[in-house]
Amino acid sequence: MKILTGNDLRTGAVVWWTGEFWSSRVDEAVDVGDRAEEIMAAEEAARRVNVPYAIEATREADGHVRPAHIKDRVRALGPTVRPDLTLKPQDPEALDWVI
Amino acid sequence: MYAYDRYDQAMVDARVAEFRDQARRRLEGKLTEDQFKPLRLMNGLYLQLHAYMLRVAIPYGTLNSRQMTMLGDIADRYDRGYGHFTTRQNIQYNWIKLEDAADILADLATVEMHAIQTSGNCIRNISSDHFAGAAHDEVTDPRPYAELLRQWSSFHPEFSYLPRKFKICVIASERDRAAMRLHDIGIRIVERDGEPGAQFFVGGGMGRTPMIAPMVRDFVPLDHLVTYAEACLRVYNRYGRRDNKYKARIKILVHELGAEEYTRQVEEEFAHLIDQGVEPPFAELERIRAYFGDPPFDDGPKTIDRSDPDFAVWVDRNTHRHKHDAYVSAVISLKPVGGIPGDATGEQMRLMARLAREFSFDEIRVMHTQNVVLPHVRICDLPKLWAQLHEAGLGAPNMDTIEDIIACPGLDYCSLANARSIPLAQRISERFDKSGKTERLGELKLKISGCINACGHHHAGHIGILGVDRKGKENYQLSLGGSEAEDVSLAKITGPGFDEDGVIEAVEKVTDLYLAQRTENERFIDTYRRLGMEPFKEALYG
Repeated sequence: MKILTGNDLRTGAVVWWTGEFWSSRVDEAVDVGDRAEEIMAAEEAARRVNVPYAIEATREADGHVRPAHIKDRVRALGPTVRPDLTLKPQDPEALDWVI
Repeated sequence: MYAYDRYDQAMVDARVAEFRDQARRRLEGKLTEDQFKPLRLMNGLYLQLHAYMLRVAIPYGTLNSRQMTMLGDIADRYDRGYGHFTTRQNIQYNWIKLEDAADILADLATVEMHAIQTSGNCIRNISSDHFAGAAHDEVTDPRPYAELLRQWSSFHPEFSYLPRKFKICVIASERDRAAMRLHDIGIRIVERDGEPGAQFFVGGGMGRTPMIAPMVRDFVPLDHLVTYAEACLRVYNRYGRRDNKYKARIKILVHELGAEEYTRQVEEEFAHLIDQGVEPPFAELERIRAYFGDPPFDDGPKTIDRSDPDFAVWVDRNTHRHKHDAYVSAVISLKPVGGIPGDATGEQMRLMARLAREFSFDEIRVMHTQNVVLPHVRICDLPKLWAQLHEAGLGAPNMDTIEDIIACPGLDYCSLANARSIPLAQRISERFDKSGKTERLGELKLKISGCINACGHHHAGHIGILGVDRKGKENYQLSLGGSEAEDVSLAKITGPGFDEDGVIEAVEKVTDLYLAQRTENERFIDTYRRLGMEPFKEALYG
């Protein structure tokens, strides 16, 4: 699947396109098919996202969305060396998901 | 240390106001990201992997306690409670909001700090010896010259859009503690027949094409220091490659022209400039120099009670000989076992500020090895200092050991990185601490970069590790034999790379070989140079 990511303009936070809004949770990302350019242009023009780009990802059997590249998985979770600052501070398996 | 005059303060305040307006226009949609990006980068504001990152300049690594306190307060007020000291003697904050950035710059300006020229193709923060002004072996304090060059290079109209970024280092001793010859311009202040002058080395650097700077002038009289630097920059600005980012650094120009031809052109330019009034009046250097006078040292006791073995190890490992025999420079390690190299919490920064006030005449230095120095500590105060550092988790006795690892932020924070650096540093320090080999290994500089840009200085590591992307997986190249010191050399790759577990095993193997093969008092780098690469390759791949 092809999903969209970028950063929030005001805060810089990593965000993912849900089909309606930008979420901090990669699991809420949707497949944009061939509409990536169109969505990114409209959303960036409205300043709802900064520097958006499209990436490849897979939806796994348990429903979680997994970006294809490790860099985007680190973006999706947070720094692996600071579990307390990730989106899943209580999940000891979150690091395995990144790698 | 240097204090802003009204011109310095006015320039910094004006830049804050200008950036506040630029950020406001960006947030209101009156500037696009393409228009805004070069403006924010001129103020050290990057967009990194997780958020905006702000890089704050610490000129030649020198801070006072008020500034360090502010850095700690910014960490708590605007970031997530910590900052990261870098290999350019600067500090970076990883979780900055654009809407806060101008307020942070305004706070920094109240303590004579800024983020100007910490990015972009301009002359970056001038770096220096972290023991400058304190070391027993320097011919003079190099910081007045670094400050003179800082003022000359700040907003320099001719050098604000160079072919590529430009880094200058100034030292004043035979010992090189600042990786001087791995800079675009490395300057060593020397003395000849009682006259001070400057040796110029031009065209060094790390990155994807590491090079050691050749000497282009053995002695430049100090009243021509700025003029000669201007000549070096002019030739580069005129002929540096602007067509290819990867060939745009001055090291490529010097290499392609040859050091002799580059030098000839610099000398020609210098001869042209020498009557043009480039050099600031001598009175300006004297004004600057007055800020760097010695603090009022006194003759205290020179011996201490070393009965606590933990304290004794710390004294032996983490203090450096001072020019006054009742003092030492004390290194505060930001490398606790299993910790993140260079990270400090806001609370730790405020503690270091308090300790600087109490024990070091209000002076602090940031090292390119991502540690912090209290430059002027009375020997008799060391027990009290160590007790407070130890209690705060800042007392690791590991300077220049295998646990004193330089590591860039890597893929955990950096959008350029291909692999993570920090987890390797954490695991290696834990492993060697647990096995007790660290002390036996002695001086061993291990440096890790998460990509070819080499912010972790892996080319200059006795052991270097470079993270690469191998078909979407993190992979690590091992290299041996680098040094950033006066015996400067570039590390050579051992062979095929390793995964994370494999490269840690590889470090173990090369250190085991060293322990087995070394002669008395031989450092790892010396054994490597004596034996060559082959036995190490055999140990790794044989």
